[in-house]
Amino acid sequence: MNTPTTPLLKASGLCKFYGNRAACRDISFELEPGEVLAIVGESGSGKSTLLNLLSGRLAPDSGRVDYALAPGQMRDLATMSEAERRLLARTDWGFVHQDAREGLRMNVSAGGNIGERLMGIGNRHFGNIRETAQVWLSRVEIDPARVDERPTAFSGGMRQRLQIARNLVTNPRLVFMDEPTGGLDVSVQARLLDMIRALVAEMGLAVVLVTHDLAVARLLSQRILVMKQGEVIESGLTDRVLDDPQAPYTQLLVSSVLAA
Amino acid sequence: MTHETLLIVAGLEKHFTLHLHGAKRLPVVENVGFTLHAGECVVLGGPSGAGKSSILKMVYGNYLTNGGSVLIRHKGEMIELTDASPRAVLEVRRETLGYVSQFLRVIPRVSALDIVAEPARSAGLTMEAARARAASLLARLNLPERLWGLPPATFSGGEQQRVNIARGFAGEHAVMILDEPTASLDATNRAAVVKLIEEKKAQGCGFLGIFHDEDVRSLVADRIVDVTGFKPSVQGEAA
Repeated sequence: MNTPTTPLLKASGLCKFYGNRAACRDISFELEPGEVLAIVGESGSGKSTLLNLLSGRLAPDSGRVDYALAPGQMRDLATMSEAERRLLARTDWGFVHQDAREGLRMNVSAGGNIGERLMGIGNRHFGNIRETAQVWLSRVEIDPARVDERPTAFSGGMRQRLQIARNLVTNPRLVFMDEPTGGLDVSVQARLLDMIRALVAEMGLAVVLVTHDLAVARLLSQRILVMKQGEVIESGLTDRVLDDPQAPYTQLLVSSVLAA
Repeated sequence: MTHETLLIVAGLEKHFTLHLHGAKRLPVVENVGFTLHAGECVVLGGPSGAGKSSILKMVYGNYLTNGGSVLIRHKGEMIELTDASPRAVLEVRRETLGYVSQFLRVIPRVSALDIVAEPARSAGLTMEAARARAASLLARLNLPERLWGLPPATFSGGEQQRVNIARGFAGEHAVMILDEPTASLDATNRAAVVKLIEEKKAQGCGFLGIFHDEDVRSLVADRIVDVTGFKPSVQGEAA
């Protein structure tokens, strides 16, 4: 027991204000390698702001985020140079947006979208890149023959799967996901969720997943943070939080879900 | 057989606070205590509503406890579960503590075989070995082979429950929690489950369960713990 593990990501006292309103207030937690953490709450609760703080896309007003560049070697994101952060963001990290158009280059082919990160880390052999792109297209259940088509020709679900392939091609250790199944048809959601679940397990990915959908959180995550008005009001094992919610707001969230 | 202690529950207490209903306090159980040894099946008895399932959930960790202790033998040591970190609880569930719920939580698009194989995968088996173990369990529980490759969403209640039981047994845990596993099964399949339990008991596995079915209970139970003895002394104020 108590197998010592070092965190992959550590948030300490994160705060972010918009005027007088706290979008995030004093948020601290650790994420271990391979762990899936869901951040749940209503819109406006601060969960997307938290995701942006964690991924270095937004600077906190106070507090810090440390990331393990190598095991045990924690670095404060704020002390990294812009170039270091950018390298991290396109190799060791992924970011899956709710709207695939934000995460894809819509006027570049599917193959180009997947190949971009490979080129970013120095791959120059066009044939290899194309081949890897096709392998990844089939891994996300897109016909590899469509490698030269632009995402504009793809359905919403396909775009989302392409965005996932684009992010995972460099074998990241940590992926941030912002409502990855939001706005998709239910049948398309199920397919995407199952794919995310399988890829996360296969690749041992750590994930910070923002969702307002408790069923998504239950399916994918081991741990949950519940946010309300910028604060974490409850946290713990996913099934504990959902089966025996303690905070009034969590009880409201859980009891508001319609069972199908 | 060693009959070593696998689980010690002491002074366990649970109440719910219903914040959406004027913070009404609903006491469930208090001062719950029992011990489970290797090779033994302890059955919780008592009428419905007495808190049997709540006790199982507190032991498994999906219900928070309001007091008391759950010690489980994990990797040769007795460790406290009630205040363990989520990570520690997950490790115990992966390696030591299994759970068969009343109903299967279906995962879209995942085949019955892979749902059953998953705990074996998590315990470190290769995909091939995990699927082989899953197949042997599904066969023993008489699930027709033509169903193995299909997601159980469209299966009957009894078929889903057999998938659920197979999944519970696939992790080869030393301590197993069973919440009415045989409720929706016919006599043949109830007998198959009894046989699985007996075999695991002979291997030193300990079971903590709820069985409403008298026949099954009398076949598997070594001891019955009457949970009416854990009734809270102070009842909740009327709504």
